Amino acid sequence: MSDAAHAHPGHHTHPTGIMRWLTTTNHKDIGTMYLWFALIMLFSAGSMALLIRTELFQPGLQLVHPDFFNQLTTMHGLIMIFGAIMPAFTGFANWQVPLMLGAPDMAFPRLNNWSFWLLPAAGLMLMSSFLLPGGAAAGGWTMYPPLFIQGGISYDLTILAVHIMGLSSIMGSINIITTILNMRAPGLTLMKMPMFCWTWLITAYLLIATMPVLAGAVTMLLTDRNFGTHFFNAAGGGDPVMFQHIFWFFGHPEVYILILPAFGIVSQIIPTFSRKPLFGYASMVYATASIAILSFIVWAHHMFAVGMPVAAQLFFMFSTMLIAVPTGVKVFNWVATMWKGSLTFETPMLFAIAFVCLFTIGGFSGLVLAMAPVDIQLQDTYYVVAHFHYVLVSGALFSIFAGIYYWLPKWTGHMYDERLGKLHFWLSVIGMNIVFFPMHFLGLAGMPRRIPDYALQFTEFNQIATVGAFIFGFSQLIFLTVVLKTIRGGAKAPARVWEGAEGLEWTVPSPAPYHTFEVAPVLSK
Amino acid sequence: MAVGNAKTLAKLVVVTLGMFGFGFALVPFYYKICEVTGINSGAEQSLAKNSHVDASRWVTLEFDANINAALPWQFKPVQRSLKVHPGELVQMEYEVVNTGDRPVVGRAVPSYGPARAAAFIKKIECFCFTPQTLAAGESRRMPVMFVLDPAMDPDIHTVTLSYTFFSVDGKTQADGLQEGASRG
Repeated sequence: MSDAAHAHPGHHTHPTGIMRWLTTTNHKDIGTMYLWFALIMLFSAGSMALLIRTELFQPGLQLVHPDFFNQLTTMHGLIMIFGAIMPAFTGFANWQVPLMLGAPDMAFPRLNNWSFWLLPAAGLMLMSSFLLPGGAAAGGWTMYPPLFIQGGISYDLTILAVHIMGLSSIMGSINIITTILNMRAPGLTLMKMPMFCWTWLITAYLLIATMPVLAGAVTMLLTDRNFGTHFFNAAGGGDPVMFQHIFWFFGHPEVYILILPAFGIVSQIIPTFSRKPLFGYASMVYATASIAILSFIVWAHHMFAVGMPVAAQLFFMFSTMLIAVPTGVKVFNWVATMWKGSLTFETPMLFAIAFVCLFTIGGFSGLVLAMAPVDIQLQDTYYVVAHFHYVLVSGALFSIFAGIYYWLPKWTGHMYDERLGKLHFWLSVIGMNIVFFPMHFLGLAGMPRRIPDYALQFTEFNQIATVGAFIFGFSQLIFLTVVLKTIRGGAKAPARVWEGAEGLEWTVPSPAPYHTFEVAPVLSK
Repeated sequence: MAVGNAKTLAKLVVVTLGMFGFGFALVPFYYKICEVTGINSGAEQSLAKNSHVDASRWVTLEFDANINAALPWQFKPVQRSLKVHPGELVQMEYEVVNTGDRPVVGRAVPSYGPARAAAFIKKIECFCFTPQTLAAGESRRMPVMFVLDPAMDPDIHTVTLSYTFFSVDGKTQADGLQEGASRG
C-alpha cells in the first residue's frame, strides 16, 4: 500500500515510519490500523478466555485466585466487545465504505485519525489496570452497582476507558453516516447501495443514539464513586436497578451494533459465491431497520429476574420475540440467495455459511431466553454464555474472518493461502462448537456463570469445553499466519478478485491504490 | 459538498449531545414511572400505608420466647401480652441472659401464630435482624418495634409472636446436648 502512494506524483509528500501511521488521514491506513488493533485485542482477550477455561477444566480452585478469575471474565467481555469486535467492524467500514460508494475518502479524515488513536489509549488503560493495586475491575462487563461503586482505582480507570472508547465509536459513526449520506458516487441512490453500507449506516445511527446513554450511565457511576452523588446507592436514596435499566437501554441496541455489520459482510459474500444477486434486497434493508428500531424497546428482557410487573414482563417478552421476524427474513434471504446458485466454497463463503447456520442456533437460544419464565430459570447460567457466544463468536467473529478473507486480496494485492484458510475454517468451526455447545447443557443443568468453581457433576462437559477452547484459540494462530503470508506475498490478485463479485470496490486495481476515486466513478448501470 | 458535510456533522453532534442528556433524563423518568405505576416505590414496605390507626378494633398480642438446647441462655419477654389497635406503633422488649461461662453468638428466628397474620406484621426494628453476641454472664434488653397492618383480616383477634434463639457458632442441637451431657 505504501508503494502505491508513490504512484501519485504531484501529491503532498507523506511522512514515513511511525509518523505516517500517527498522522495519517487516509481511510485505508486507518482501516488497517483498526483491524490490527482489533486483532491484538482479540488475542489479548482470547488469552484471558483460555485462562478462564483452564481454571474450569477441573472443579475446585487450581490455577487462579477467584478474584483474579472475576477480573478475567470482566476484562474478557469488555475488551472483546469494545476492543476487538467493534473496532474490527469500524476497520471494515473505513476500508470498504469509501471504496463501495466511489468516494475519495471518509467525510472527515482528521476526525477519523482521532477516532482511531483514542482506541489504543483506552485499550492500554484496560490492560494496565491489571497491574494496579487490587487488580483490574472485577464487577462484570455490565458494570452493575453496587459492585462497581465499591471497587478500587481500576474501576475508575475502566469507566474512563469506556468513556474514551464510546467517544471513539461516536466519532467514527458520525464520520460513517456523513460519508454514506453525502459522498456517494452520482447515481448511487441509497436503495442501490451495497448491503454492507446499509447495515453500517443503521449501526452508526444506533451507536450515536446509545453510546451517549452509556456515557451518561458510567458518568453517574463515576460521580457516585467519587463525588458523593447517590444515583445508584440505595443508602442515599438511589436505586441500583435503575442502572440496569439505563445500561440495557444502551446494551440491547449494542448487541445489534455487534451483529448488523456482520449481516452486511455476509450479505456481500453470499451473493458473490452464489453468483446471484442478493435475494430480497429491499426486504433486507427494511428488516435491518426494523431490528434496529425494535432494539430500543426490548431492553428489560436482560433483567426479568430483578422483579417487574407481569404486564412489563409480557411486553418485553413479546417485543423480544417480535425481533425473530425480521431476523428470520434475513436468514431466509441468505438461504434463498444460495438456492439454485452456482456455489463455490472458498474460505469466505465457508465462514459465511457457518455464520448463517450457527448464528441461527444462537438466535434460537435467544428466543428460548426471551420467555420470561424460562429466563428466570436460566438467568446467569451457562445457557446464557452459550447463547451469546454463538451469536458473537460464530456470528460477529466469523463474519469478520469471512470479510478478511474476502477483501484481503483487494487490500494487499495477493491471494491468501486457500489451503491454510480452509484449515483455519475447519479448526475454528469445530473448535467453536466443542467449546460452546456443551455450555447449553451445563446451563440447563444449572451451572452458574462467572464462578471459578463448580459442582462435580459438571466436570465432563467443562473438560470438553476447555479442550475445544484450546483448539479454537490456537487455530487463530493459523489465521495470523495466513494474514502475514498474504501481506508479504502470494499469487497476484486481479482487480475483480472473485468471479461473481459485484460493486465499485472491484473496479479499482488490487492492491487498492493509496488514493482511489479522486474523480467520482460513472456507474455502469 | 464540504458545506453539506459540516451540516450533517452539526446535526449528528446535536443528536449525540441530546442522547447524552437523555441518559440523565432517564433518572427522573424512571422514578416517575415507578411512582405512577406503583412499582418499586416501597409502598409495600412503607409505614405510610400502615400509619392509619384502626381504633374500631382491638388485637391481643402474645409474646413467647424459646431457647434452642445448644444455648446456655435465659430468654423471656418483658411483658407476656399487650392489647393494641391495628396501625399503632408497638414497642416491646425481650430480656436475655447468658448463664454460660463463655461468650456465645445467637440468632433469633421469629414465627407467628396464626401464620396468615405474618404478612401483616411490619417490623421496623428487631433484635432478630442481627446476630446477638453475649459475653459470659451478660444480660441485655432487646427491642422490637412493629406495626400491625390495619388490612389484617378482622377475624384475627389474637396474634402470637414467638422467637427462638439458635446458636450461630456452628453447633447443632445434638452437639449442644452432647456437650451438656459431658459437662453434666
